[in-house]
Amino acid sequence: MMFAHARACAFLGAALTGAFAVHASAAEIRVACYSDGNECEVTQELAKRFETQNPDVRIAIDKVPYKAITEQLPVQLAAGEGPDIARVTDLGGLSKYYLDITPYVKDPKYWEANFGQTLKWLRPTPTDKGIYGMMTQLTVTGPFVNKTLFEQAKVPLPGANATWGDWAAATRKVAKATEVPFAMAFDRSGHRFAGVAISQGAKIFDAKGNLTIDDGFKATAKRFYDWNRDATMPKEIWGGVGGSSYRDAFEEFANARVVLYLSGSWQINRMDKQIGTNFDWIAVPNPCGPAACTGVPGGAAFVALKRTKNPKDVGRFLDFLASEPVYAEYMAKTENIPAHAGLSKKGIDYKVSPQANAALKVFVGDVAKLSPIAYEIQGYKYNRALFNSTTTRLGQAIAGEMSLDDAVKRIAADIDEQVKAAGK
Amino acid sequence: MLASSRLPLRALAVAIATVALNAVELPMRALQRLLGVPRIGWVFVTPNLVVLGLFTFLPIVIDFYYAFTGGVQLDLRARPFTGWENLQTLFECGSYLDPSTCRKDLFWRAVHNTAWFALLQVGLMVVLSLVTALVLNRKILGRGFFRGVFFYPVLLSPVVVALIWKWILQREGLLNAMLHSAGIAGPVWLNEPGWAFSWSVFVSIWAHMGFYTLILLAGLQAIPADLYEAAEMDSASPWRRFYRITLPLLMPNLLVVLVLAVIRAVQMFDEIFVLTGGGPGSATLFIVQFIYQTAFAESIRLYGLAAAASLVLATTLLALTVVQLRISRQGLSGKAGRDDG
Repeated sequence: MMFAHARACAFLGAALTGAFAVHASAAEIRVACYSDGNECEVTQELAKRFETQNPDVRIAIDKVPYKAITEQLPVQLAAGEGPDIARVTDLGGLSKYYLDITPYVKDPKYWEANFGQTLKWLRPTPTDKGIYGMMTQLTVTGPFVNKTLFEQAKVPLPGANATWGDWAAATRKVAKATEVPFAMAFDRSGHRFAGVAISQGAKIFDAKGNLTIDDGFKATAKRFYDWNRDATMPKEIWGGVGGSSYRDAFEEFANARVVLYLSGSWQINRMDKQIGTNFDWIAVPNPCGPAACTGVPGGAAFVALKRTKNPKDVGRFLDFLASEPVYAEYMAKTENIPAHAGLSKKGIDYKVSPQANAALKVFVGDVAKLSPIAYEIQGYKYNRALFNSTTTRLGQAIAGEMSLDDAVKRIAADIDEQVKAAGK
Repeated sequence: MLASSRLPLRALAVAIATVALNAVELPMRALQRLLGVPRIGWVFVTPNLVVLGLFTFLPIVIDFYYAFTGGVQLDLRARPFTGWENLQTLFECGSYLDPSTCRKDLFWRAVHNTAWFALLQVGLMVVLSLVTALVLNRKILGRGFFRGVFFYPVLLSPVVVALIWKWILQREGLLNAMLHSAGIAGPVWLNEPGWAFSWSVFVSIWAHMGFYTLILLAGLQAIPADLYEAAEMDSASPWRRFYRITLPLLMPNLLVVLVLAVIRAVQMFDEIFVLTGGGPGSATLFIVQFIYQTAFAESIRLYGLAAAASLVLATTLLALTVVQLRISRQGLSGKAGRDDG
């Protein structure tokens, strides 16, 4: 009896020692991940599969709120701390912290062929050829519409080439007929605003490639300001919060308090899960302006970070996620548009609701209509100087704190100051 | 049997304490021989000084460094020296009374908002805390319950406080629902600059009043009852009793409350950040949020400017505290003079 007991203890001790030894020798990769819909959960699933195939690596997915990525991560990285991989949206702004994983991926040419367009967004300089990460989706900004409200109001949906003016008029009619408080709402984001501005003729960049506030931008700002002040849009989105804080208008749309909601393709999964069939929600093509009918591309990327002590394993994990079958699965489960050129051509087998499928088709269709300026601003290193100051100053104007003219002047001054400071 | 089972435990505790004290005694005796009895006290104070130095004084020195350097690097070695540039940027104004004439208009809006907030919030809170303490000092029914009720919000996290009030005050929140049932159309409280500011003051008072009430209540209970009895016998009116007995004897507590309340009001951040985010516009943007936004929330982080703003804040707080302490010392020495006389 005692011998059996001792044998059991010895076995347990050996097992624990063995487990500890394996654990101690496995390299740990920490991934800071935020979710638009279910990206982190799907990443976790795929990470487990990677660990099974690569028992010498352990992947720890730290799910964090978006605010932690935009506000805390840059400070961590500046202090030399932080994760090994992070899912980020300020693609160019954080590029000085990225690790070039070209030596650690199996086939750099595969990356260039399939992610070439978006690899540029992650590079610190235009001449750099490194591979710094992988877009977890290609997003496009664009409107969602509550079709049920249009049907109830018996107002026809504006056509494919309708302008922002057409949509404003139609949604106002619908809101009045159905007693919905507001016709339209935009996410509180300069990124959303930029698409509308480019459609209205804003060039965003001057001849020297610097950010500029031109007549197209000012005209859009005026229109947007008027929409907020005349209650076409709810003031509490853009005017209710201070600074450049992000606030989406998803809940207002989901609760049928707005007819049209300008956000983007990353919301499809959330719409599918939270709204479902409560009402008919559809994506519509980006409304037109004199210059274009464009949204702004974007998306988040898993980027490798220089501070990692396991660059080889970081490269292997990203290589795994970027491989065609895994990436296809990732897109299907997260209901996102692929940033992978090969899969864009082949198509993704989305197992989603008919509504989500239809919405994805609309956004994929809009990719082809994206203005070159939209691509340029998305890839510009200091694009946040424009986006953040737009949000802050237009927010102040909408709240009645300053005139629109002053707000526009301040946007230009803020951009100059920030870009100048960043260059020091 | 219970007593006998406790004996070994007590003996064990004594043994451990003896071993620990013996372990400490030898090196302490050696230190005492080395330093001498007058200086041995520094040995006990040094650990605390080291912690204070590392986490209070060193950050102040680093803050000075950031304030006089530029660029967007967090690494001190990579920051170019810019002298007074950051402070000049902050103070570049047509008129300090009109933030729209200032280069950093948001900084001056934050300064104005903070000044008004401190004035209103501290003034109202001290008065309300005093009145509440006076009432709670009396023999009223349910006194213990009401003391708990007033102190309870102090126990809540600032985030919880802000979220509760945000839900109450939002467009279709509890308050508007109640008004609507009474046939009144309430505004979107946190969307109107005036209302958002007023509610910020109210929520802050509601959350912190209990703490200051407690301090004043302790002060009231320390006032000897026979003073009031003597005053009653002399037919002194309630107002005269309050003005001549309560207020002078409560002054030290009132000054503590005032200093603490002013410091807290000027440093206000967490509740307001969650409640309004500094909005609408910058109607409830206070100085600490400005510093936070400038250093951490913008994509191009201006650490130098944020450090300069925090220097301005620290200097202002220091000045206010010195003034308050001088007034309190004058008040107390005047009282001592009257007592001696």
